[in-house]
This record gives sequence, C-alpha cells and structure tokens, in this order.
Amino acid sequence: MLIPFFFVLREGGLNPSITELLTLLEAMKKGLAGQSVDDFYFLSRACLVKDESKLDRFDRIFAAYFKGVEDSLADLMGDIPEDWLRKQAELFLSDEERAKVEALGFEALMKALQQRLDEQDERHEGGSKWIGTAGTSPFGAYGYNPEGVRIGQQGSRNRRATKVWDKREYRNLDDSIELGTRNIKVALRRLRKFAREGAADELDLEDTIDKTARNAGLLDIRMVPERHNAVKVLLCLDIGGSMDDHVRVCEELFSAARTEFKHLEYFYFHNFIYESLWKDNRRRHGERIPTHDIAHKYGADYKLIFVGDATMSPYEIVYAGGSVEHWNEEPGAVWIKRLLNTYSKAIWLNPEPKQRWELTPSIKLTREIMEDRMFPLTISGLDAGIKALR
Amino acid sequence: MADTKFTGTSTYVATDDLMMAVNAAVTLERPILIKGEPGTGKTQLAVEIAESLGKPLFEWHIKSTTKAQQGLYEYDAVARLRDSQLGDDRVHEISNYIVRGKVWEAFESEEQPVLLIDEVDKADIEFPNDLLQELDRMEFYVYETKRLVKAAHRPIIVITSNNEKELPDAFLRRCFFHYIKFPDKETMSRIVDVHFPRLKKDLLSEALNAFYKVRDVPGLKKKPSTSELLDWIKLLLAEDISPELLNAKDSRKAIPPLYGALLKNEQDVHLFEQLVFLDRRAGSNQP
Repeated sequence: MLIPFFFVLREGGLNPSITELLTLLEAMKKGLAGQSVDDFYFLSRACLVKDESKLDRFDRIFAAYFKGVEDSLADLMGDIPEDWLRKQAELFLSDEERAKVEALGFEALMKALQQRLDEQDERHEGGSKWIGTAGTSPFGAYGYNPEGVRIGQQGSRNRRATKVWDKREYRNLDDSIELGTRNIKVALRRLRKFAREGAADELDLEDTIDKTARNAGLLDIRMVPERHNAVKVLLCLDIGGSMDDHVRVCEELFSAARTEFKHLEYFYFHNFIYESLWKDNRRRHGERIPTHDIAHKYGADYKLIFVGDATMSPYEIVYAGGSVEHWNEEPGAVWIKRLLNTYSKAIWLNPEPKQRWELTPSIKLTREIMEDRMFPLTISGLDAGIKALR
Repeated sequence: MADTKFTGTSTYVATDDLMMAVNAAVTLERPILIKGEPGTGKTQLAVEIAESLGKPLFEWHIKSTTKAQQGLYEYDAVARLRDSQLGDDRVHEISNYIVRGKVWEAFESEEQPVLLIDEVDKADIEFPNDLLQELDRMEFYVYETKRLVKAAHRPIIVITSNNEKELPDAFLRRCFFHYIKFPDKETMSRIVDVHFPRLKKDLLSEALNAFYKVRDVPGLKKKPSTSELLDWIKLLLAEDISPELLNAKDSRKAIPPLYGALLKNEQDVHLFEQLVFLDRRAGSNQP
C-alpha cells in the first residue's frame, strides 16, 4: 500500500531508497505504527528522511498525500527546483519588465526585493517569481538575494563589455557553505600527496621490525614524522561580471578546497589576470597584490588553479589597455604566461558548459594559452583536472 | 516487546517523535542517527536510553583523528616487540596483543548493550563508509587472528552528529534519523521541571520569557541552548534572584542578570549589550 506514497515522495524531490521503504514496512509489520496516524507519521519520517532540511518537504508531501490530494504536488514545489525556477524567471520576465528592473537601479532594486520578500511567505506567486526563489534560498537574507538582483541585470546576458569603469562592489565568496561540497571534497582529495615533515613522533613499524631483526632481536625503535597533506595550492578566482551566474558553484568549490589543503592561497581577479590581484573584495581597489610578488612569494611547487569562465572580449586578453576596469600596461596574456612559467602545474576550471567553449573566442584563446589544460567545473572535470595537476 | 519501550526518564523529557524513532531503532535493531543544535541533549539521549531500558552503555567519542579501525580493535605491535625482547611467553599468542575497541566490547556484551558513537561528523570524511559493513551485519573480521567477531546481541547504536560534515548516503540509508528541534516553551518548562522540581512557577515562566527573548536577538553567533538555560537557572537559584527582578517592567530594556551563562561568545555579549543600550536610549526618548 505504501508504494504509491513512496513514488510520490520521490517525485517530490525526496529520494528514499528501496531499503528504506523495506525498513519502514518491516517496522510496521512489527506493530510500531499500529496506534495512530501520528505514530505512522513519526515512524515513516524517521525511516525515510535523513536530512533535517528535507523535513519540511516531507511534512508537506505527507499532508498532501494523506488528504488524498495527489495532484497538489505542484504546490509543494515552493522551494524545490531552484534552478528550474530561476530559468523560468528568465522566461517569464518580459523585455519590458526587464527594462523596468534595470532602470530601477541597485538601491531601489534591493528595496523592492526586500519588500517582496516581506510580502510573500513560503510560496512564490505572481509574476515576481524570480525574487521568490531568492527568498526561499538556503543562503539566507543577503546571502543569495543579490543573485536575484543579478538575474535582473541579465538583460545584457552576453556581456562582451568594452569599458566598465564604474566601481562595483563584489561579494567575497562565502566559504561557509557546506552543502553539496562532499563530492567536490572527494574529488579534491585525489590531489593529496602525503609527505613526512616535522618532528619524528610516529612509530615506523616496518622499519622497526626490520632494524630489530638485523640487530639480532635487540629492540631498535624507529620513528618517522607524521604524514600530512603536502599539496600547496594557489587558487585564483574570477569574480563579478559574467561570473555572477556561477557564483554558487565557485562558492562550493572554494568551501571544499579550503578544508582539503594545508596550504591554500586564494586570490581574486576580474575576467583575466593582469599586473595585480586581490584577496578581499571589499578592499579590492585599495589592497592589491602585484602578480610579480605572488610568483616570487609562493614557490614553484605550488599548483595553480584558475577558476573563471574566460568569457570576455578577446581584446581583454591580447591587448595592452584591454582590461575593462583599468589601464593595463601589458596584455593579460603576458601576465598569465609569466605565472605559467613559474608554476608548471596549472589548470583552468571553467564553469561554462563545455559545448559553449568552441563558440566563445576568448575561451578558445585562453585554452590555447593554458595549453589545453582547461576543464569544466563539474565533478568529472575536476577529476580530470586534478589528474593533470599531479 | 512492551517492556523495551523507551518513554523518556525522570531526568529526560522525550517528545513523541523522538520516542517513536528510538523505539523503531530498538525494535529493528538498526542504528539511529541523532542531529540537532548543540546542547539539545543528543549525547545525553544514549545515556538515558541505556538507563531506562536497563542496558549497559558503551561510549565511543570520535575525534578528528579517530579511525574506524580503532573502534573495532588495534594491534599493539610495540608491546609484542617489547615482550619478545624480554623473552615473555605471551609473545607467541598474537591475540594477547589485540586491543579491543568499543565496538568489539559492545558486540561481546552479555546482554544487549547501547553503543554511543558520539559526534561522528568530527572524524575523517570516509569514516562512516568504513563502518558500513560493521553496522549492517554487526560483525567484523580480525585479520591478525583470523577470527570473525559477531555481535552476540545486536547493540542499540546511537550516533550523534553536529552537521560539521555531510554524511554519505549509503551510511544514512542504514540508519533511522531524528532531528532534535529546539524545544518550544511548553516542552522547555517540562524539561526545566524535571531538573528543578521545586522551582517557583513564576520564576520559571519569567526565566523562560527572558531566555527566549535572548534567543530571538537577531545575529547571535551561538544561540543559548537547553543546557545553557539549565545552567542559568541553577545560577539564578544560587544567587536567589527574585522573579520580580526578571519581571521588572523594563526587563526588556535591562540586561537579564547573570546573562554570562547564556551567551558564551564575546561578540554575542557585545552585540547584546549594544542592542540593550540602543533599546534603552530609544525608550528614554519616548514619553
């Protein structure tokens, strides 16, 4: 009897497995849920839901299903397919609306956003759907809402910016998100190289046995330093502009990378590498670090990882003065080659889907400069990239 | 199995859903995974289950360096090496140097035990995967002595997690799950009642009001939890603070006495004081 319920749960975005269903049935057979609907509810919840963030969704599906309203599933979608909603939003927003949104300006937009978030509780309704998504996003108030704003700005979707001199505030990538980073961590783990450095405080069993045997049985204890992850990583992240669409993936990567390596240095750049990078996006115009200094400070044994969509006008790469933000004396291609000369192990991770690489000249160009070491920012791409780094 | 129903104890208030999850785990002899805010009594739950069902308790506290193998057994090669030097006869029997871990101890218990695996998320990301087989079949193989250790009675396994790392799917599928949500006022007064039976009613309700107000302060890094509330009430009793003081008409504007027991973070204390200060200034401007 529970099989339809099981499938409704799966449709609703929960992913109970067959084993979990069998566990539930077994528990019911033992009479655990005999007394009341409440008991059954508690029992099925303990069996089928394994993540507290899904509890609410389970509650709604349970309520809907046992009221016999199967087709109300659509209503349950409140916070479910966020990506889907966001895409819908782009479809739903007419050109007129988009223009209106753009004309509002940043401040007004934030205010309107706030207002709309206040007005609506759980469910999104009406034409302002795209803000609704931001409202129910797991990243909290100002965490992800600016994303909503950025969607508004996507009128200029294929930005091939020429000159943007205005000073935009970029958010620091939030490294506190842990959601969905498990896969990335496991992939990054392959990059681990163990080395023994430091004080000898661990018993080397094999060596001890060997030495003791050679010593005719006289105990000769050998110690070695503890093994630890010796991979050093320089992470350079593109931020702002066309990267806004990929903020989330990058945040996940960043958050996973932070815990995986003992030596991880990160820097930000905008669109392409020039004579300086920065570490803090709020002070990016004041505190910049010369690229030369970075190459001198961090040894050649660091692995260099660029993360960026490499989507820009080709001028930004090959011409002096091509940068969209400032006047650069030397072209970006020269700077990146300098870095590549220092760091022989380097890759470029690109969040743009691979199919689009061929269609964007700047990606092709960057790929050539990187000597084909460009990989998509997916789990398999990450795997391949890590292999290239080893 | 009516005699093995867990219904909370004299010092532990269990909600209906928690009881159901625990009883399901007990009946089906499968592990139960407990999550929740720090200080909501996750670890305490295992102790209370053991007490209320009258079963022995084995506690395995996980640290960041803990390996799954350590819970099963460890081979003390150094001791064996030393004994061989001294010509001790024990050296010929390898099993003398197998040190049993908590899981082994629990498997060999005479009656069905409760095994607590505390803060499983502290360990390495692969830790839960390494224990899948053991938790599923309740058996493991000792390679040194070529012996299969099988649980005499499948233990009731309680696993707690603070959500520092995500747990693998395969692991989750084998467990029952319960999230201890923060108790509402009613449950909370039952909890306090259990701990301080002779607490005056008015003090309790005032203390709870003040407590939930502090919890509602936006932007706190660490919200005070049940265990902090209990500590605070203990302090209030020790200092003999009258309910009137908590109840004072301007209590919203005054800092609750001894709030150091509730707020453990310097930034939180600072934020809280600032808010109170602002509140007070706003209050004094009004007629």
